[in-house]
Amino acid sequence: MKIEILGPGCKRCQQLAENTKAAVKALGLDAEVVKVEDMQAIMSYGIMATPALVVDGQVRMSGKVIPASHIEALLQR
Amino acid sequence: MATTLTHSGGAPPTPAKGRGWNYRLALALAAGTAVWLGLYLIIAQFARWLTRDVLGLDSRGRIGAAVEFFVYETPKVLLLLLAVVFVVGIVRTFFTPERTRAMLAGRREAAGNVLASLLGIVTPFCSCSAVPLFIGFVESGVPLGVTFSFLIAAPMINEVAVVLLFGLVGPRITMLYVGTGLTIAIVSGWVIGRLRLERFVESWVHTVKIGTAALDLELTARDRVMAGGVAVRDIVGKVWPYVFIGIAIGAGIHGYVPEGALAGILGRGAWWAVPAAVLIGIPMYSNAAGIIPVVQALLGKGAALGSVLAFMMSVIALSLPELVILRKVLRPPLIAAFVGIVAVGIMLVGYLFNAIL
Repeated sequence: MKIEILGPGCKRCQQLAENTKAAVKALGLDAEVVKVEDMQAIMSYGIMATPALVVDGQVRMSGKVIPASHIEALLQR
Repeated sequence: MATTLTHSGGAPPTPAKGRGWNYRLALALAAGTAVWLGLYLIIAQFARWLTRDVLGLDSRGRIGAAVEFFVYETPKVLLLLLAVVFVVGIVRTFFTPERTRAMLAGRREAAGNVLASLLGIVTPFCSCSAVPLFIGFVESGVPLGVTFSFLIAAPMINEVAVVLLFGLVGPRITMLYVGTGLTIAIVSGWVIGRLRLERFVESWVHTVKIGTAALDLELTARDRVMAGGVAVRDIVGKVWPYVFIGIAIGAGIHGYVPEGALAGILGRGAWWAVPAAVLIGIPMYSNAAGIIPVVQALLGKGAALGSVLAFMMSVIALSLPELVILRKVLRPPLIAAFVGIVAVGIMLVGYLFNAIL
């Protein structure tokens, strides 16, 4: 599983990355968490608000910092 | 059912599992509303009891007045914020930036400026994602001026500003603020559109290939309520220190600055008060939560409404950090035009209210 965090490197984006790592750890998933900071790359996903969460190439959430528990649920869906 | 419950812990957005969830949700919301109302109704009594009986202060004295003001206004404003941010968080799940963009794409100016300003109020927006939003709008055919109407209205008329104005200053001035703020967003955007400044958009913006992988998640009622919770955590969690500090400063002004002391400096007589208020406001970066309690106290001490309104709008709508972010997509002449036009709009509002009120 590949999880990407899209965002230009702001505080909110870092927070989302941390929450995501915590969620992956809690679920014991074999997943790679990558931060994408290049604006061209971010825009190629078609999102309009950062930070965003992409799982295996699919945008699952954008524009919010959600807590680890919500990310866990999202990853299990 | 049981398994869903054990997994839910901190209430993650699992899909609704039938009717049981919705009953629970309705019950929880009703209980929350009842607790909220109960608390809201006892704040005044609590403040009086704390000031007079516990601390033994005379609320007609200086310290007493300041303390009672603080212990009454702070919980009141925080409770109002909690409720409004929660409700707005739910409402905003119906207005995503993607949907707003689709509504604005190819829209003609004038009508487009009005619609963009109105959508700016309800669409979730954070100045930190101004760049992807700007690119997303402009590259999908939203006219530049219409995009600006959105970018001006979104930060200026936000739920935090409206709650604080309503709670501390009153409904009349809240309506004036929202009405004039919308007008500035509509007219400034329209003017920027007329000036044909498209060539001052950074050229790399047009090379960006925008994907279409828009998120297409079906939201359940429960998801939307959770979004309200996330908004509360996000927004109230961030602004509460400003509320405390702002109201503390306001309380100090209430108790210690003599009536009418500011009539000379911030009064309606001084013609330079309005431009000065706007100029001071631009580099001042505070959110509405910090500035409005101070504004309210200044009004009580004889400052003119127009000057104060101009100051408040300038602080909230024109912020240096946002300009720095926008510089990535806008070249300096366009930034200057944006700041200049909005500043002139704010000044006109200031003079207007100094003249008629």
